[in-house]
Amino acid sequence: MLELKNISYRIEDKVILDNVNLNIEDHFVAITGPNGSGKSTLAKVIAGIITPTSGRIILDGEDITALSITERANKGISYAFQQPVRFKGLTVKDLMVLAAGKGTNTSEIRDMLTEVGLDPKEYLNRSLDGSLSGGELKRIEIAMIFARSSKLSVFDEPEAGIDLWSFQKLIRVFEQMVQRTKGNVVIISHQERILNIADKIIYLKDGKIEKYDTRDKILPQLLNSVSEDNRNGGV
Amino acid sequence: MDAIQKKILHEVAELDALPVGAYNIRANGKAAARNSTANIEIIPKTDKSGIDIRIKENTKFESVHIPVIISESGLKELVYNDFFIGDNSDVVIIAGCGIHNCGGEDSAHDGVHTFYVGKNAKVKYIEKHYGEGEGRGKRLMNPTTVVHLAEGAQMKMETAQISGIDDTLRNTKAVLSDDSKLEINESVMTTGDQNAVSEFTADLDGQNCSCNIVSRTVARDSSTQHFTSRLNGNNVCSGHTECDSIIMDKASVLATPELLASSTEASLIHEAAIGKIAGEQIIKLMTLGLTEAEAEEQIISGFLR
Repeated sequence: MLELKNISYRIEDKVILDNVNLNIEDHFVAITGPNGSGKSTLAKVIAGIITPTSGRIILDGEDITALSITERANKGISYAFQQPVRFKGLTVKDLMVLAAGKGTNTSEIRDMLTEVGLDPKEYLNRSLDGSLSGGELKRIEIAMIFARSSKLSVFDEPEAGIDLWSFQKLIRVFEQMVQRTKGNVVIISHQERILNIADKIIYLKDGKIEKYDTRDKILPQLLNSVSEDNRNGGV
Repeated sequence: MDAIQKKILHEVAELDALPVGAYNIRANGKAAARNSTANIEIIPKTDKSGIDIRIKENTKFESVHIPVIISESGLKELVYNDFFIGDNSDVVIIAGCGIHNCGGEDSAHDGVHTFYVGKNAKVKYIEKHYGEGEGRGKRLMNPTTVVHLAEGAQMKMETAQISGIDDTLRNTKAVLSDDSKLEINESVMTTGDQNAVSEFTADLDGQNCSCNIVSRTVARDSSTQHFTSRLNGNNVCSGHTECDSIIMDKASVLATPELLASSTEASLIHEAAIGKIAGEQIIKLMTLGLTEAEAEEQIISGFLR
């Protein structure tokens, strides 16, 4: 279970996150909100990539505010980048082994790639460089988080760039992840189909949590009020 | 062979026992072991230091190991190895040189390898350089490789110099005939105050010949590197050269790709990029549980692979 207490983040005079208080205890929590509302910043604060100006982060009762990215990863936090990183030379297999841990065998890694819609025969030994498309990188990013199977997984717009791959399959991966880990999956998304599987939805606006409730209560309001412009992109 | 020599042999040729096929192991300036086969003959030169390697026509899927090891401080040698590769053959040649220098004097191995690759023959040439030892004496290597590709010949060359060589001048020259193909992949890492200079020249003389030279290097500490790659397109041909370097600490890297086209049908491309490790790459690997130092090592070893 993750708790954020009075988290604020400012760059010079600009307030990006404004006194965010949050308890994440449900299996599926979606974070949505307009561009620039601070969603991605919030995810990076959880992963330890951004240090908040003030506030505390508690994971299963332990204060992890001062812990590094590595330490948080080892405590069971996974973070899927919105823009996956490219590596010259490192292969899909290298990254999957790093994610899954040394004891994992290749057949498990193959299965995980298949789950995200990639043929392991074709992809296992490919370099994670410019030869892969944005959508392919995105699926590999998801497979890495799947391979880690940690208790808290945070995804920043996992659906972006995944055009042909069926949404249903993506959703199945999230469901499997929860089954395997009995943990929490937090997904930043604008997609109604992802919001539709969430137990709870957080609506972030101007760095503040404007709404946080069950899907049934939030989704109808959002569908009425969120303009088409806000359904794309993110911060 | 003593324990130090065995360890170096493992580093440069991944050999823990005598290899299968033809081989010539040179240790401290002398032949330590030699074996010819029915198709591959290794003959010591009589006029100068070195060997001739003669591979018969149509020799398929055979290999030649020719590692050199130096464990004597102050030993300096110049060796000429000539490879005559028969038409239509398909062979792997594994060279490599390791220097262990724990003394105060410089040790050096300068090797001149000349390849005459016959018509439609295929060669894979692997060369690894390695140095170690705590002595003040430097470990120096200056390899020269000259490649003559006959019609339809193909050569794939992989060279690696990952650690321990203080000073190196690597010179590679190639002449390509009709329909021949040359592919070179070089990996270099320099540390401390090491200096590495790599010069490639390829004459694309033949019709429809092609050449691809890729160099990946990492420069750490206050080391220096200079990479030059010159493609001369003299016919209907295609050539590509790429130098990609990661620079760290106070190192310096100079990349000078050069293209000369003397035919309107020559298609030549060069690429050069130098930069530090991207911060987001380190962050990504840290989110998988690696420390910053572990992340850096992973990125470098992948890059140099």
